[in-house]
Amino acid sequence: MTGTGIGAPVRRKEDQRFITGKGRYTDDLTRPGQAHAYFVRSPHAHAEIVKIDKAAAEAMPGVLAVLTGDDLAADNIGGLICGWMIHSKDGTPMKAGAHPALAQGKVRYVGDHVAVVVAETLAQARDAAEAVEVDYKLLPAIAETAKARSSKVVVHDVAPDNTVYEWHLGDKDATEAAFKKAKHVTSLDITNNRLIPNPIETRAAIGEYDMGTDTYTLYTTSQNPHVARLVLSAFIGIAPENKLRVIAPDVGGGFGSKIFIYAEETVCVWASKKVGRPVRWNSDRTEAFLSDAHGRDHVTRAQLALDDSGKILGLRVHTIANLGAYLSTFSSSVPTYLYAPLLSGQYDIPAIYAEVDGVYTNTAPVDAYRGAGRPEATFVVERLVEVAARELGMDPAKFRKKNYIKRFPHQTPVIMNYDVGDYGASLEKALEMADYKGFNKRKRESAKKGKLRGIGFSSYIEACGIAPSQAVGSLGAGVGLWESAEVRVNPTGSVEVLTGSHSHGQGHETTFAQLVCERLGVDINQVNIVHGDTDKVQFGMGTYGSRSGAVGMSAITRAIDKVIEKGKKVAAYAMEASEKDIEFADGKFSVAGTDKSMAFGEIALQAYIAHKFSGQDLEPGLKEGAFYDPTNFTFPAGMHICEVEIDPDTGVTTIERFTAVDDFGVVINPMIVEGQVHGGIAQGVGQALLENAVYDESGQLVTASYMDYAMPRADDLPSFDVGMTVTPCPSNPLGIKGCGEAGAIAAPPAVINAITNAVGHEDVPMPATPRAVWHAIHKAKAPMAAE
Amino acid sequence: MHAFEYHRPSNVRQAAALLQKNEDAKIVAGGHTLLPTMKQRLAAPSALVDLGALSELRGIEKKGRAVVIGAMATHSDVATSDVVAEAIPGLAKLAELIGDPAVRHRGTIGGSIANNDPAADYPAACLGLGATIITNKRKIPAEEFFTGMFDTALEEGEIITKVSFPIPAKAAYAKFRNPASRYALAGVFVSKRGSDIRVAVTGAGSDGVFRWGEAEEALAKRFAPKSLDGMSPPAKGMNTDIHADAEYRAHLVGVMARRAVAAATGR
Ligand SMILES: Cc1cc2nc3c(=O)[nH]c(=O)nc-3n(C[C@H](O)[C@H](O)[C@H](O)COP(=O)(O)OP(=O)(O)OC[C@H]3O[C@@H](n4cnc5c(N)ncnc54)[C@H](O)[C@@H]3O)c2cc1C
Repeated sequence: MTGTGIGAPVRRKEDQRFITGKGRYTDDLTRPGQAHAYFVRSPHAHAEIVKIDKAAAEAMPGVLAVLTGDDLAADNIGGLICGWMIHSKDGTPMKAGAHPALAQGKVRYVGDHVAVVVAETLAQARDAAEAVEVDYKLLPAIAETAKARSSKVVVHDVAPDNTVYEWHLGDKDATEAAFKKAKHVTSLDITNNRLIPNPIETRAAIGEYDMGTDTYTLYTTSQNPHVARLVLSAFIGIAPENKLRVIAPDVGGGFGSKIFIYAEETVCVWASKKVGRPVRWNSDRTEAFLSDAHGRDHVTRAQLALDDSGKILGLRVHTIANLGAYLSTFSSSVPTYLYAPLLSGQYDIPAIYAEVDGVYTNTAPVDAYRGAGRPEATFVVERLVEVAARELGMDPAKFRKKNYIKRFPHQTPVIMNYDVGDYGASLEKALEMADYKGFNKRKRESAKKGKLRGIGFSSYIEACGIAPSQAVGSLGAGVGLWESAEVRVNPTGSVEVLTGSHSHGQGHETTFAQLVCERLGVDINQVNIVHGDTDKVQFGMGTYGSRSGAVGMSAITRAIDKVIEKGKKVAAYAMEASEKDIEFADGKFSVAGTDKSMAFGEIALQAYIAHKFSGQDLEPGLKEGAFYDPTNFTFPAGMHICEVEIDPDTGVTTIERFTAVDDFGVVINPMIVEGQVHGGIAQGVGQALLENAVYDESGQLVTASYMDYAMPRADDLPSFDVGMTVTPCPSNPLGIKGCGEAGAIAAPPAVINAITNAVGHEDVPMPATPRAVWHAIHKAKAPMAAE
Repeated sequence: MHAFEYHRPSNVRQAAALLQKNEDAKIVAGGHTLLPTMKQRLAAPSALVDLGALSELRGIEKKGRAVVIGAMATHSDVATSDVVAEAIPGLAKLAELIGDPAVRHRGTIGGSIANNDPAADYPAACLGLGATIITNKRKIPAEEFFTGMFDTALEEGEIITKVSFPIPAKAAYAKFRNPASRYALAGVFVSKRGSDIRVAVTGAGSDGVFRWGEAEEALAKRFAPKSLDGMSPPAKGMNTDIHADAEYRAHLVGVMARRAVAAATGR
């Protein structure tokens, strides 16, 4: 390890510009002649559009255009797509209702896009939007997940019972057999609350059409600009790929919500040609609440079969997943292939059977949000095992240990093949750090103050580094999930790395540069990371699912290897030696067995001046690219322990201690990794205690602002104790597993397990707000009265 | 936000004249309530009369047996005032519990009281201390000032200039914060001044701030938390929303009242 190489806690290079306010976000960009878009959105959850009268709006000052779904149709602009085909149990394909970028005939959720006004100023656009007269015929709405399938309301005609798919995974017969021979069955009904992602930077887009070259440019808040270009070209049909450039400049957080291709960016690009001016849109916070893709929203019945020694025999899960009013870009995969394959958790479970019904409702689309499917799976598994241990009178840590997978590789009954791990090591370390032994003493001290104290565990596992293209292709994905990289060495030896990953808070400009330092021995200030522009980076699959380290950096590693190989050839000519005698280490090419050596930068110069070799023997230049397709998922895992104190008078839960021990494989920058863990836990605690997206029966979003949607704040959180264990990932060249989602995945069950431990029964909903906990405590005190 | 005229008068008389001339004009103090509603187009005044330059409305002083606070005193001014800390520490504490630092440095006592948000903190202090709201026209006792949610006795164009708080022997505020907005889900201000015992409740009641008579009677016998043991107001008059149902709110009022009395009596 050099001072800035792999494993060094290098300060983030990008923070210079972020902390000094010099970041360049989409909203900071000003395009010459730009006009402003404002969307007319549906105030109703479900209605037919009888008529749209644009005349008054069009006559307003500054208005350049008022466009509706009819205009989209007239221009043959296709609808938004869902890129992952899921088949139902009976083999039928999922029922995807049309998803036009501006409503055609019907609106299906509050915030649905009805029309757009483009005007000289934002205020004019907004004024005119208020003057667009939409004649709605109101329809009854369905918002509630559990009732969607039996509702008389039909969201999409293609799915008369509001069912997108009835999917399943696992071996039903084997699981039934396991339950038959079970000595004990633990059952739980679980609601995984709906969340609104809330990145600090709201979504934004600028579409720009260049008449001279007949090309479009889209500046957008995207986690994956190439995928955006692909979808806008191949499916929505705005322009061919070579005529569309997508730039995602600095992006202020995404958490999944900026993976998707949304209506607004589609409309901005399309409208820019129609009005002949750049068209910009910036979401306000209310629009973000209403129209960013939401996360989670599952209703689940889960059961665990056990023998009398506490060994798990089988797991049975039935989940209803709310997908909202339309299928967002990757929504169909989240409650299916990103969920059920993780239901084995860290445990050796011989038989698993999961059924998932995806449903339409009159609510905003639901798609991947930090963790995507894996938090839902972890919540089911970790609540179940905790409750099972309690029911059997076993210590929950011992119960877990007994059931852990101990030999690797391990094939689970639900697709995944875990390559490596040491779950016992994380558990032991976490128990030690959390002073589990001292818990009872602390509980007694709390009791003396009239407080309840509880402890909860979460042995989470996730599948990251998504994903082997062939595998996901066989499961219905519309794309491959490899990553690309290009390493360009300049004549003076400085290095530019072009990557298909996209950084929106993860610190790639630092960690990726650390890899280059480590491998090529160049100074970290000589390395630039280039991303987020389809004209610079040829192609890439973007950043989500903790894939940038395991997949993105593996691609960079491959390209670096090629650079070194080429460098050796150049060095052989430059030092008049045989290529097989050239060695590369510590930034120097040397001739084995001699004291001859040349620095990396000198060889770069030799490669470009090309004086020492002929063009017949070797191409000049030093630039190499690579595509890396992983051979397996990676499996970060660990143990999080939460300890809470509850004030029974008010129901307020205080997190007294939070211990996280994670196995992320090889760590590139421990400081950045720790930051990712902190942020993840904060979001996980947010889900467990505070955050809840609530629709009322008519489909109005009750929590459409921070007055009612509770985000976690610093004083809701303790100082975290973070530790690590390391089993390097065998399937990628760096041994990386990924760390971006762990906290959000692990924390919710740890918190709820701690609260239910303190309260003394399992009937505590998530989020465990003071009100919910207070009622739960009262229920515990008067169990008869509550029945 | 729609276009509006902006005025920044230099004394109360000018401000009153501008308001009289302009029927749709609105006073802007800290702007922390008014500006968000204008941005959301829920309010569209034709003119704003900014009281920011009226230094006469900013002072905090002890006058006889009262603390008199200028309407333009910010929450932070009140929270950090030596005069308030000495005379009515519970009031300083209340100001410190409002919003976040940005809100406390902009929001004013006058704006908060004029707005009478049913979850705001100051109305509890005004009612709980028996304050007098002083305007450019008259003096209004707190009991008559707060006339229901977002409703006050203020007439069109009437300007709050000061609020006078009688100094109690004992007083304190206990607030249970809404987990999202951090306004009061249940806030209780208690005070004792001779035989005048007050328990004022904000955030909980479905008709805004109110005095909880039953608790006042119990405390009149003995001003101690124990006097309120097991007591809470009837759930019937309480608000229900996603954060708290009426039963829970009523319970919280009891808990906060006991905590406020404990704080006031140093227990
Ligand atoms: C994020 C946030 C959190 C908050 N949290 C809390 C909280 O926890 N507790 C709480 O109590 N409040 C809270 N508030 C409200 C805050 O205290 C406001 O500042 C206050 O309610 C209004 O004061 P202002 O000076 O900003 O008034 P403005 O917004 O300027 O005015 C509010 C209204 O009062 C009128 N007005 C203002 N001054 C006068 C006057 N002198 N005479 C007559 N009418 C006048 C205005 O015309 C307007 O109608 C919060 C606000 C925000 C933005």
